[in-house]
Amino acid sequence: MKNSRQHKKVFTKALDAYFAGVYKAYKFVARFFKEAFRPPFHVGEIINQCYVIGVKSLPLIALTGFITGIVFTKQSRPSLSEFGATSWLPSLISIAIVRALASLITALICAGKVGSSIGAELGSMKVTEQIDAMEVSAINPFKYLVVTRVIAATITVPVLGLFCGFVALMGSYFNVHSIEAVSLVSFFKNGFATITFLDVGSALVKSTVFGFTIGIIGTYKGYNAVKGTRGVGQAANEAVVLAMFLIFVEEIVIVQMANWIRYF
Amino acid sequence: MENVESKTGNEAVISIRGLYKSFGEEPILKDINLDVFKGENMVVLGRSGAGKSVLIKILIGMLPPDKGVIKVLGQQVDKLSGKELDALRLRIGFSFQSSALYDSMSVRQNLEFPLIMNLKDMSKADIKQSVDEVLDAVGLTEKIDEMPSDLSGGQRKRIGIARTLILKPEVMLYDEPTSGLDPVTCEEINELINEVQQKYNTTSIIITHDLTCAKETGDRVAMLLDGQFFKVGKFEEIFASDNEKIRSFFNYNFIQ
Repeated sequence: MKNSRQHKKVFTKALDAYFAGVYKAYKFVARFFKEAFRPPFHVGEIINQCYVIGVKSLPLIALTGFITGIVFTKQSRPSLSEFGATSWLPSLISIAIVRALASLITALICAGKVGSSIGAELGSMKVTEQIDAMEVSAINPFKYLVVTRVIAATITVPVLGLFCGFVALMGSYFNVHSIEAVSLVSFFKNGFATITFLDVGSALVKSTVFGFTIGIIGTYKGYNAVKGTRGVGQAANEAVVLAMFLIFVEEIVIVQMANWIRYF
Repeated sequence: MENVESKTGNEAVISIRGLYKSFGEEPILKDINLDVFKGENMVVLGRSGAGKSVLIKILIGMLPPDKGVIKVLGQQVDKLSGKELDALRLRIGFSFQSSALYDSMSVRQNLEFPLIMNLKDMSKADIKQSVDEVLDAVGLTEKIDEMPSDLSGGQRKRIGIARTLILKPEVMLYDEPTSGLDPVTCEEINELINEVQQKYNTTSIIITHDLTCAKETGDRVAMLLDGQFFKVGKFEEIFASDNEKIRSFFNYNFIQ
């Protein structure tokens, strides 16, 4: 008997596979929004995932943010000192960190750490039939595994982004203070003088979009992992690569939109 | 295909009529007909890739049939809404070939999970009692706080069965319950399947290619070859068949 649901070849095999993949991803995202607003909400699991994603990423984010602050300040100082404008350092660093670096660094670290972890965990659950086991026990695995992780990533990444920004500014202050006698209050006062609500707002929006991207890509790749251990590795790897690519694309789009608003 | 009729005159708990399933161009199941009656252990015997696992995945609504009428506990599986299917699944236990224990959870959490997720008004004391009861039924009370990775293959199978029993199913579906286990552990699992049938009065389908398992657990055996049931009957009847394909299956298993 012929399978009634068999698809006809429309374009070339590769193009067909590409469009089928895009449609599958679209359906996955649409299902997320459909399931996310329906009870039960598994609040306990969302909190647990926030802990796994957020609290366990804090040391890495703190270290990277602090080093970024120091390095960026060290690299900027010679250029500014050529014009005798080292007093602008706090402003320059604050703008760079708040507008771009904090959210971007946090997102890239989370894409590597959290995205790969979600992809591998769900991929492993898929190939060892643990997701099927939930389904046959009348538990909605999409809701329990996917929705909770995506919501947790969307909530946690912006918070981590704020934390990264603060730590990076502390790193910058640490470097500035080691050369010039500048107080912490004065450093932050100068730094925030040039920061607007739009800067902070667009950074938060960016981080939220990045968090959602990391969560949805990680869960999509893991949830659709093909059979076998190779599929688990592939899911983890693709989750990182695709999330990082999309983060850069989103960065360009959101920065452009923020600039339109800024100069409108 | 032989006509299958009730031995006892009671109603079929599982009824399959004219089931077809294919993947792409490849037909897997062709015109499958089967009745399984209350309290009966039905073994589906066949080679790897014969479509045995596909059959029970269709029964629990994980795969849609291409054609045919599949009724479990009086409900046509492929016509049910999501909620109705979930309600039906609570009455069916599915034991996976790989055990499919949640490896991030301890044995206790694995057993509690279906109860917590499905029976939200159940008290902690009742949950504990249910967990103790099913662990006792599978003889692994002392493993309650261990992680699945610390268990042997046989113990994992037992805990997998315990996890399905905790929801007190009326129907049990076993997918290759003895695969990858040593003969002594196979024997223990076969005994456990029979104990579950007697203690919980379950109706079961046991998917296997293990002849010992088929002989020891099956009230009846259905021989699945080339996507069709060649013969349904007592193990001895199937074993005595002079059909060439059935004989070659049995001979191969004995050589193995």
